[in-house]
Amino acid sequence: MIEISLRKKLNAADGPVTLEADLNIETGTINTLYGASGTGKTSTFRMLAGLLAPEEGTIVINGNTWYDSKKKINLKPQQRNVGFMFQDYALFPNMSVRENLEFALKNDQNKAIIDQLIDIIALNELQHRKPETLSGGQKQRVAFARALVNKPDLVLLDEPLAALDKSMRHKLQKYIAEVQREMGFTMLIISHDVGEILRLSHRIFLLEHGKIASPQKPASFFTSSAVSGKFQFEAEVLSIQKEGIIYILNLLVGNRLVKIVAQPDDVENLSIGDQVIVASKGFNPLIYKI
Amino acid sequence: MIDWEPLLLTFKLAAITTGILLVIAVPLGYYLAYSRSRLKPVLETLVSMPLVLPPTVLGFYLLITFSAGHPVGQFIESWLGIRLLFSFPGLVIGSVIYSLPFMVQPIQAGFASLPKSLKEAAYVLGKSRFTTLRKVLLPNMKPALLSGVVLAFAHTVGEFGVVLMIGGNIPGRTRVASIAIYDEVEALNYDAANTYSMILFAITFLLLLLVYLFNGGYLKKIIS
Repeated sequence: MIEISLRKKLNAADGPVTLEADLNIETGTINTLYGASGTGKTSTFRMLAGLLAPEEGTIVINGNTWYDSKKKINLKPQQRNVGFMFQDYALFPNMSVRENLEFALKNDQNKAIIDQLIDIIALNELQHRKPETLSGGQKQRVAFARALVNKPDLVLLDEPLAALDKSMRHKLQKYIAEVQREMGFTMLIISHDVGEILRLSHRIFLLEHGKIASPQKPASFFTSSAVSGKFQFEAEVLSIQKEGIIYILNLLVGNRLVKIVAQPDDVENLSIGDQVIVASKGFNPLIYKI
Repeated sequence: MIDWEPLLLTFKLAAITTGILLVIAVPLGYYLAYSRSRLKPVLETLVSMPLVLPPTVLGFYLLITFSAGHPVGQFIESWLGIRLLFSFPGLVIGSVIYSLPFMVQPIQAGFASLPKSLKEAAYVLGKSRFTTLRKVLLPNMKPALLSGVVLAFAHTVGEFGVVLMIGGNIPGRTRVASIAIYDEVEALNYDAANTYSMILFAITFLLLLLVYLFNGGYLKKIIS
């Protein structure tokens, strides 16, 4: 269990705000910190990593205290076992992809994890290249892998999917989910993309007006805020068929089979087996007595 | 035929000065680039003073400080057994102070131009400040280091006023090339003065050319 409770005065977009970051994260889960830009998401991450000093509060990771303002405990970034994927990737330009990963090893750590990560994240052909020769998506994969090398207790991903086109997003989402499944990391992800959240997270924390709301499951999160649908159902995608320029989705809603029409945009990131929400708005229902 | 000794002495002085400066300037540039102390502007000013101060002013105060009558000069002579006035060690100290901004400023700029996240990423990966400096920061600012080394070296080669004030003109000890040129001109030996001058001109030109080729990425293109 990861217990975080931090206070910090920030100069947000609309004046000074006291950031109150209270969140409990279950070990081995993927969690998203969601909110508009300038609300203190990155500041929260920097406090967790020890790069920014909070004014007061506590950070307790699986029983180990990283920060406690009352007991005057404040571990340096080096002493916290945290993985941080920076928004600008922060790859070391003087090292190859492999060297970037190896640099992250602890002194006595087994090197096997490097090959394992290179395998999962499909970096084999890139491993001897320098970062400057990589595309944005490739750099992001390297930065992600590097944040995992020393098996951190908490992995922080700052907008991991920003600045990627749709297909690359889809791939990196797959890698994140796969790594989490195979290695069981506890992750906290900053995002303001709705699509990412549903695919990746077990829990969502909404940061608004300097406060973090209690966690929600992705599905209930959408129904309560992002989509103002009149009718909405959770469904599983059973098949995707192309019919001319549109698509027909076969969905399982509850135990009923439903066919709906979808635009190419809608199905781009969908695959069979995905959980989705189908919502409708702006129509008048017909009601028959039965 | 000219006497080669002043040229050799010049390059020996420049090499030793550059070496010492590199050792001083990396920590100093690191501090100036990252510190938020209120003392920083004062320190920055002091480092940059030799850029604007007439060399004779610096030379004059060093002359006073190094002299046997001054406590500092006395202390160094009695405790370390080194006489700084009119000696090679004195020249080295004078040159280090005189060329300090030429080494510190490019290195400070080099540190400042690296993204902050590089340092932070290394810290988060558990690396100490020293390891981060050695493996991450310095290797990614080679152009700045090269600029500092070459500028400090070339500037020491071209030094005249400070040397004249604290070193005088003792053959084999303090008579560097720039002094020798002045000396030859005074003696109306224009040929010898010309030879010294041409050699200094050519060498400093080549050194600076090397910096621009390297930092402009031209060398890589030629090699590949």
